[in-house]
Amino acid sequence: MQKHTFTISLFAGIFVLTAMAQFGVINQYLVSVIMLMGVNIMLSTSLNLVNGYMGEFSCGHGGFMCVGAYVSSIVTVLLFSKNHILGAPLLPPSLALFAFPLALFAGAAVAAVAGLVVAIPSFKTRGDYLAIITLAANYIVISAIDNMEIIGGPRGFMGMNATVNGMEGLLDIPWMLLWVLFGTVFTVWLLRRFVSSTLGKGVPAIAQDEIAAEIMSVDTNRMKLIAFMLSSGLAGLAGGLFAHILGYVNPHSFDIMKSTEVMVMVYLGGMGSLSGATLSAILFTVLLEVLRPLEIWKWVVIPLLLILLMQFRPEGIMGNKELSDLFPKLKKYYSFK
Amino acid sequence: MEFFQHFLNALQFGSFYALIALGYTLVYGVLRLINFAHGDIFMVGAYIAYFVAVLLLGGEGMSGLGLTPAMTLAITVPVTMILTSLVGVTLERTMYRPLRRKGADRLYVVITALMAGLMLENGNLALLGASRKSFPELMHKVVWTFGGVSVTNLKVVVIVAAIVVFVLLEFIVSKTKIGMAMRGISYDKFAIPLMGIPLDTIIVFTFILGSSMAGLAGILYAMSYPILEPYMGALIGWKAFIAAVVGGIGDIRGAIVGGFLLGFIEIGVVAVFPSTLRDLFAFSVLLGILWLKPTGLFGVAQTTKI
Repeated sequence: MQKHTFTISLFAGIFVLTAMAQFGVINQYLVSVIMLMGVNIMLSTSLNLVNGYMGEFSCGHGGFMCVGAYVSSIVTVLLFSKNHILGAPLLPPSLALFAFPLALFAGAAVAAVAGLVVAIPSFKTRGDYLAIITLAANYIVISAIDNMEIIGGPRGFMGMNATVNGMEGLLDIPWMLLWVLFGTVFTVWLLRRFVSSTLGKGVPAIAQDEIAAEIMSVDTNRMKLIAFMLSSGLAGLAGGLFAHILGYVNPHSFDIMKSTEVMVMVYLGGMGSLSGATLSAILFTVLLEVLRPLEIWKWVVIPLLLILLMQFRPEGIMGNKELSDLFPKLKKYYSFK
Repeated sequence: MEFFQHFLNALQFGSFYALIALGYTLVYGVLRLINFAHGDIFMVGAYIAYFVAVLLLGGEGMSGLGLTPAMTLAITVPVTMILTSLVGVTLERTMYRPLRRKGADRLYVVITALMAGLMLENGNLALLGASRKSFPELMHKVVWTFGGVSVTNLKVVVIVAAIVVFVLLEFIVSKTKIGMAMRGISYDKFAIPLMGIPLDTIIVFTFILGSSMAGLAGILYAMSYPILEPYMGALIGWKAFIAAVVGGIGDIRGAIVGGFLLGFIEIGVVAVFPSTLRDLFAFSVLLGILWLKPTGLFGVAQTTKI
C-alpha cells in the first residue's frame, strides 16, 4: 500500500483540484494559472529530454509547440465549429469529448514528424550547428503559418471554444483542467519510463560520449530520431492543450521568445532531471504571475535572476539529480522498477 | 535594369548582416562562445548613436550643441563605436569572464549571453518606453542615377564600410601579432598563457573589435532606416547569426559570404514573391545549406580523437 502512496495521492490531487474548480473554491484566474503550469511542465520536461539528457542545444521548441497547436486546432474546428473557410461542423458537439483526445494526438503526431527536420541533420552534426538548425526550424514554422491565409495567417486562428463547449454540454465539469492535468501526468510518466528504460539509457550515453556509445552498441542515429521525435511530439501535445485553453492561437506566441522561456525552465531546473524540470516549470509560472505588477521590468528581473543562477549555481536547482536522489526516503512512497 | 537595382539593395542588406555576423564570428572564433547578446549590442549601438547625434545636433526636445550634420556624423561614428564596445566589454567582464574563470561548461555561458540580450532589450524598453525614436538625418541624401539604376550616397557608404571592415579584420587576424594570438587561443586555450600571451587582454580586444563593428552597423542601419525600437536587434541579430553559421562560424570570410548570401536571398525572394514569404524562403535555403554541408561553407569539420 505504501508503495502506491504517490500514485494515489496524484490522482486524488487531480480529483480534488477538479472538484475545487467545479464548485468555485478556486477562482477562474487560479485555474488558468494551474493549466498554464501544466503546459509549462510538459514543455520543460520534453525539452529536457533533448537539452538535458541528450546534451544537445535545441532552441526551437516553440516551433514544434506551434505545429501541435495549429494541427489540433484545425482538426477540432473542422469537426465542431462553423468556420467561414473550413465550413460547417462535421460532427455533432456531443462527440467532442471523444474526438478531442484524437485531435490532440493528431497534433502531437504531426509535431513529431516535424521533429524530423531537426532529427535527420542531427545524424551528421551536433552542438552549435544543430542549434542553428533548430532555430531556423522555429522561424520556418512561424513564417509558414504567417503565410497561410486559410488559417488566418498573422491574425491567428480561433474557434476552438466550440469543442470545449461541446464537452461541457455533455457534462458540466472543467474539462480543460482535467485534460491538462492528465496530459501533464502522461508526459512526465512517459518520459520517466523512457529515460529509465534500457532503450532510453542510450540518450544520456550519447550526451557523455557519442563514439563510445556507438562502440557499446547504442544505435545513435535511432536514439536521436526517437529522442527528437518524442520531444517534439510532446511539445505538440502541450501546444494542442495550450491552444484549447486560450481558444485562440497566434503564430507569434510561439516564436523564439517562447523557446527561450522553455529553455530557461530547463536550465533553471537542472539538465537531465525530470523533477527539476517539473519544479522549475511550476516555479517559473508562479514567478511570472507574482512579478506581473512589475510589467516590463519583469523581463529584466527574470534574466537577471537566471544570470545570477548561472554564476553561483550553474547546474540549476536540482543539478542532474532527481528529487528521490536528494531525499532517498521518498522512494518508499512509489513503486518504480 | 531592375536586376541591378535589386543587386544594389541586396548588397546594402547583406552589408548589415555581414557587419553583425563579423562580431558573432570573431567572438566564436576565439572563445567558441555564441554571443547571443550580439544582436542586442547592435541595437544598443543604434540607440547610442541616436543619443549622441541628438545631443550634438539638437532637436527632439533637446537644445543640443547645435553642430552641423557633417560634424555630428564625424563625431558620432567614433564615439558610438567606443561606447558600444564598452557595452560589449562590460558583458564580458561581468558575466562571461567569471564563468570562464570557474571553468563552467560552455553551455552556461551561452545561456548567460542569451539572458544578457533579453536584459538589454527589455531594459531599454522599460527605461525609454515603447515609443519609437526617429533618427535625425546626418547625411544629405544624394541620388545618382545611372541608366535607370539609382544609388543613394548612403547605400554606397554602407557597402564600402562593410568591405573596408572586412579587409581590416582580415588583416588584423591574419597579419598582426594580436591576430596570431587570437587564432592561437581558438587553437589551444591552455597552451596560449604558457607562451606569455595575456589571454584576457586578447579576449577583451576581440570583444572590442566585435562590438565596435556592431556599433558601426547600428549607426549605418539607423541612418538607412531611421526608426529605432528596442526589438530591432533581435530578428536581425538572429538572422546575422544564422548567416555567420552558414558561412562557417569562426571564419571571417564566412561571415562576409554568409551575410551577403542572406541579403541576396532575401532581396531575391522579395523581387519575385510577396514580401511575407521572405523569412520562409531565406531560412529554408539556409537550412538546406546546413543539411548538405553541416559545417557551413567555409567551416572545417573538427575531427574527434578517440
